[in-house]
Amino acid sequence: MSDTTPNDAPAKGILGKHAFLERSPTLLLVSSLLVVAVGGIVEIAPLFYLEGTIEEVEGVRPYSPLELAGRDIYIREGCYLCHSQMIRPMRDEVERYGHYSLAAESMYDHPFQWGSKRTGPDLARVGGKYSDAWHLDHLIAPTSVVPESIMPGYAYLLDTQVNAEYTADLVSTHRFVGVPYTDEMIEVAAADVLAQADPDTDAYDDLLERYPGAQIRNFDGEPGVSEMDALIAYLQMLGTTVDFSTFTPDASR
Amino acid sequence: MSSNDHKDIDEVTGTDTTGHDWDGIKELNNPLPRWWLWSFYITIVWGIAYTIAYPAWPLVSSATAGMLGYSTRAEVAQEIARFEDANAEISAQLASADLNTLLENETLARFATSAGGAVFRNNCSQCHGSGAAGFTGYPNLLDDDWLWGGDFENIEYTIRHGIRNEEDWDARYSEMTAYDEIFTNEEVDAAVHYVRQISGQEHDATLAEAGTELFMDNCAACHGDNGMGNRDLGAPNLTDAIWLYGGDMESLEETVRYARFGVMPPWGSRLTEAEVKAVTAYVHQLGGGE
Repeated sequence: MSDTTPNDAPAKGILGKHAFLERSPTLLLVSSLLVVAVGGIVEIAPLFYLEGTIEEVEGVRPYSPLELAGRDIYIREGCYLCHSQMIRPMRDEVERYGHYSLAAESMYDHPFQWGSKRTGPDLARVGGKYSDAWHLDHLIAPTSVVPESIMPGYAYLLDTQVNAEYTADLVSTHRFVGVPYTDEMIEVAAADVLAQADPDTDAYDDLLERYPGAQIRNFDGEPGVSEMDALIAYLQMLGTTVDFSTFTPDASR
Repeated sequence: MSSNDHKDIDEVTGTDTTGHDWDGIKELNNPLPRWWLWSFYITIVWGIAYTIAYPAWPLVSSATAGMLGYSTRAEVAQEIARFEDANAEISAQLASADLNTLLENETLARFATSAGGAVFRNNCSQCHGSGAAGFTGYPNLLDDDWLWGGDFENIEYTIRHGIRNEEDWDARYSEMTAYDEIFTNEEVDAAVHYVRQISGQEHDATLAEAGTELFMDNCAACHGDNGMGNRDLGAPNLTDAIWLYGGDMESLEETVRYARFGVMPPWGSRLTEAEVKAVTAYVHQLGGGE
């Protein structure tokens, strides 16, 4: 055993300098983190500035207040645990669900609902595929229309009315995280959230101007605006904003 | 690769040590297995080659496209085209076929039924059931009782444009009157019992008698004087035992009071021409085709 440790022996070149790192735990920890972060910086960070990340797609618009309320219910009830909202670019998925999803179609989703678990089918383009009455029957008792279904029932959504008190806050929160809602949209959000479930509403044309293509109906067939109305309004617009008969996505991506 | 220029040979194994010393415990500096080291070098070379061949490096406004010109979208388009090409001939035949003479061409008929079955299971089974027997509010497609007609033309039209939807201007449309605010409670009862009578169910003869005139004045315009329905209006036949919303007292009363408004989405915009024809042929051969 020598008196001095061999580590003290003079090192050659840059490779010899690691002794310095290894003897300073804090510096070693910080340096390790930097090294590990390289993967994230190279793979994730560019997506925030590259122009090609989200291609420009005609038709995509922010959610209307009622759709947004429905989206909150979708998240609250944990629908994403069994349903994805992303059609992958693969033949079998395109054949079954329709055109593969585009990044732009979820650009106003905070947080996104892509998911990866498909106990139930993908819902990215479920809008317009079934009638409102079907959604109502199916949400109340899924096995009444799909006997083989294992989805739970959500009949209680009919019992709770949509509370317009916080709608403006909800919309402005989404603006805060980057959705381009205008001041006017936030101002009338509380009225809009109720108007969309009333086909006789005075705000019909204004609502359509603010949210082109929004469907204005009494979705659950019951008086008032229930959580059921909101959820069906949300489901019926999923994947409907882009018209693929006029829009052709860039082929080489 | 030792960075230290000393040699400190371990006495027991005769191997060089790394030079690290923890309270007298030293670490042998065995060289890495050669096969492992070379595998490691190869993965590095592979990684670099991969980023050159495939889209990878983020630049200022876009990422490098890669030498091979790979694209996920191009790949799926190619894959879809491969299947479409394989079916191109028969799909084109089907798209332009006259369904009334479809059965004369056995290959085409078999293709249509089988392709139509796939379309049905994906798009129609959620409402009409995977066996097409329907549910309350969603018609059974196996029987020969049709609301809007069960020949090829009518089935195809219904599939293409749907019923009472907002998306397709050519959708089939009719709207039953809700009699809740038009009839008195007694009149609702009478109408219900009259319908029970003409459908051969248990009923109150006096009430049914009272309902006869009500029916003729209000219901017969669509459902016919004899209650046999009218396919031009999608008005169901009320004299048979087949009920879309139920023929019991309660369901009938609900129907009379609040009417029904069944909606079917249009499929012409979602399906290809050949798919519409195929699913028409499929539904037609289920049992009730005319």
